[in-house]
Amino acid sequence: MPSDNAAPPLDVDRILADPGVRIVVCCGAGGVGKTTTAAALALRAAEQHGRRTVVLTIDPARRLAQSLGLTELDNTPRQVKGIDVEDSGGELHAMMLDMKRTFDDVVLAHTDPAKAAEIFANPFYQAMSSTFAGTQEYMAMEKLGQLHARGEWDLIVVDTPPSRSALDFLDAPARLSRFLDGRMLRLLLAPARTGGRSMFSLVTASFGMFSRVVQKVIGTQLLTDLSGFVAALDSMFGGFRQRAEQTYRILQARETAFLLVAAPEPDAVREAAYFAGRLGAEQMPLAGLVLNRVHRPTVTELGTAESRAAADRLAAAGGHEGTVEVLRAHAALAEQAVREQQVAARFTEAFPQVPAVSVTAQPADVHDVDGLRTIAAAISRH
Amino acid sequence: MGAAQRPTDRAGIDWPARLHVVTGKGGTGKTSVAAALALGLAAGGRRTLLVEVEGRQGIAQLFGTEPLPYAERHLVDAPGGGTVAALAVDAEEALLEYLDMFYKLGAAGRALRKFGAIDFATTIAPGLRDVLLTGKVKEATTRTVDQRRVYDAVVLDAPPTGRIGRFLNVTAETARLAKMGPIKTQSDGVSALLRSPMTAVHVVTLLEEMPVQETVDAIAELTSLGFGVGRVIVNGTRAPLPTGRLVTEAELTRGLRAAGLPASTGIVTGLHHEARDLMIRRELEDSLRTDLVDLGVPLVELPLLPDGVNRAGLEVLAAALVQAD
Repeated sequence: MPSDNAAPPLDVDRILADPGVRIVVCCGAGGVGKTTTAAALALRAAEQHGRRTVVLTIDPARRLAQSLGLTELDNTPRQVKGIDVEDSGGELHAMMLDMKRTFDDVVLAHTDPAKAAEIFANPFYQAMSSTFAGTQEYMAMEKLGQLHARGEWDLIVVDTPPSRSALDFLDAPARLSRFLDGRMLRLLLAPARTGGRSMFSLVTASFGMFSRVVQKVIGTQLLTDLSGFVAALDSMFGGFRQRAEQTYRILQARETAFLLVAAPEPDAVREAAYFAGRLGAEQMPLAGLVLNRVHRPTVTELGTAESRAAADRLAAAGGHEGTVEVLRAHAALAEQAVREQQVAARFTEAFPQVPAVSVTAQPADVHDVDGLRTIAAAISRH
Repeated sequence: MGAAQRPTDRAGIDWPARLHVVTGKGGTGKTSVAAALALGLAAGGRRTLLVEVEGRQGIAQLFGTEPLPYAERHLVDAPGGGTVAALAVDAEEALLEYLDMFYKLGAAGRALRKFGAIDFATTIAPGLRDVLLTGKVKEATTRTVDQRRVYDAVVLDAPPTGRIGRFLNVTAETARLAKMGPIKTQSDGVSALLRSPMTAVHVVTLLEEMPVQETVDAIAELTSLGFGVGRVIVNGTRAPLPTGRLVTEAELTRGLRAAGLPASTGIVTGLHHEARDLMIRRELEDSLRTDLVDLGVPLVELPLLPDGVNRAGLEVLAAALVQAD
């Protein structure tokens, strides 16, 4: 298609059918149809390519979730019934991420029940497990790691959280381990550790002042809770970090394919370009760009100016209101298509080697399996 | 010069709050709407401040300026002598400023930074981070010089609908962590302002299913948390179709011929297909608009900008916002 500019066409079917590809990560700005794209691709992998597929969604629209049979956050993949897998022998399972429960599971897996109870009761844990900047991203990656480690899936399709920035989920593991390893944390822990040699003996003098400042600013009670939290979590830090690093390596491996999802709007395209650069820097495999919600007139023979002029002529002459309306709508659509191509070109010009596919905007939103199938077919045309 | 002498200027009447918090689902254009509101409220000689808190530099991108520093800078002039200033609040800088203001930290403040305390504090306790961000917004909103308010209105480009309740509900977050002390005092002050009539939260949406659903959810959440909802701002709306019905292929054929255009089967069925899609879309939009009206919150509709959001487009949105009715 000439409207896909110079980018090579993205062959999604080749990715979905490739037994070497075990993880597909859909990422991009919020509001570009990321969740729908992830669900549609997972459906196609199961129906067309016979793969035992699980889709991990973060925050699906209610009706989309219902169409996949997801009625609650239960953190367990549920098989999606009523799909067409008789010929292919594939399966589709879906789950919604429960951030808090995933975090609780991590704690339980790394510590004994008594200590876990102590951690769960700490106000800092309660705040962190539900609101920590990056917890959702980190837990999405944690869940991905878990699903991958179990080895029971041919393909895991991941939707990424609607972050402030699409990069958050890449940064979350590093940020968490930086936090857990941080000097600050060790400083706070230092008084709690008994018998151990303080690694901050050289700065003890300044730490005295520092500690007083911290106490003055954040209050003694808060500091006590915090160091209680930190001490309780201390035993788990190694595990946390190791897992974060493991997941990071999986994301760099050849078994992973990143798909950028965008819409032809300046913010979404800028975010996609930013992400493409970042994936390159992190040596993570970028498979292509899915450009959703692209407007394309069905009739290409009739340009914007021509149909607008014709509409004006007809309107001036009187009558034919229906045709006037259709011609004006067509002119607006053709104009929008041109503008969208210009916006999309900002990505393809910066990353000409990244395969891309454009998906025509649907007149109504998708919230059933048939709709997902239609979307998947549109993404897979090549 | 009182407002009474500017009969066309209804900004002060229709937008009575002093702090306008603008939220919305990602992709609905909340940054553009926030900027347009700041511009609209500045018209006629007022001073407004446009604030962002998410480190996205959305304002700079929108206005094509250099990235904004953590300082209030003149952004644009509004029609009639008003000015819009802009500020990108950074949690770290806000913490240092806050510490300096209340504790005269000096070298100790620098030590905090050196030890990574700032990163730590703003990472470990997101509630604390939000207290710092909203605290700075409160300071700007209530700041006076010579007993006069520095800004007539402050417009906050706030986090999206999915996070807005948590972001504004700073007291609940910090109260769990800090039961006394300066952080508690600070968050109580912020909470009082955010829940007072001085603050209104506006929700930006498009006539699409997910943004409308999130708008409905956000308004329920904000109301239950005790925040005042100002307006639902519907962005990117299009004028209703004059005929309001689907043209037939026969009519279309006759019309195209009358206009001197080719009327081949391909063109007629193609255009008819486009018209049908448009009709489906419009019907969905009408039903979504009804859902929004049913919320009982004043609705403002902003036109779709055919040339995208540029300075002229922002003026159009600004005028549509403050001269609504």
